[in-house]
Amino acid sequence: MTEEAVPVVEPNAVEEPLDLVRLSLDERIYVKLRGDRELRGKLHAYDGHLNMILGDVEETITVVEINEETEEEVIRTIKNTAEMLFVRGDGVILVSPPSRTGA
Amino acid sequence: MLFYSFFKTLIGQQVTVELKNDLAITGILVSVDQFLNIKLDDIHVVEEQKYPHMMAVKNCFIRGSVVRYVKLPASAVDTALLQDAARREAQQPTVPAPR
Repeated sequence: MTEEAVPVVEPNAVEEPLDLVRLSLDERIYVKLRGDRELRGKLHAYDGHLNMILGDVEETITVVEINEETEEEVIRTIKNTAEMLFVRGDGVILVSPPSRTGA
Repeated sequence: MLFYSFFKTLIGQQVTVELKNDLAITGILVSVDQFLNIKLDDIHVVEEQKYPHMMAVKNCFIRGSVVRYVKLPASAVDTALLQDAARREAQQPTVPAPR
């Protein structure tokens, strides 16, 4: 009755959401950002704000333009690359480990 | 604290700071503080034709909260050290340890 459950802290356990990010260190991840931006790159560092350092990054910006004549919506993507990038955490919407997205 | 310490190691390096209003500024990193406010010297705007109003500005202070990205020279970054530091920071308990 009085026996207390002592939590066994496994280094690879996912106990809180950020643990999922920790397990993605040194892996390629997918990051969705504000402003229709997406990043794929190797996670080198992160903190509790979701500030991150990514390596070999590919950025994809999605822009919807309206064709003046036909008034059709044209979806255009802009791709940029960077070898090393610091990302400020306040723009981050989601972080996904590599397996699901094939990032 | 991790990124504050990290940016301090980059002082003297050339970096490109992209702001949330899409302005991108390249310059030498002079100093950084705990809010990741940044001071740059010898700056130039990446798309000078598009943003000519910054041409006379030689150095600047950037409020940390308006930064979107900082592009870094990969040669100045020790990725193994960074990953170790990130793991160590993750282990620091954000909730008080039991008893």
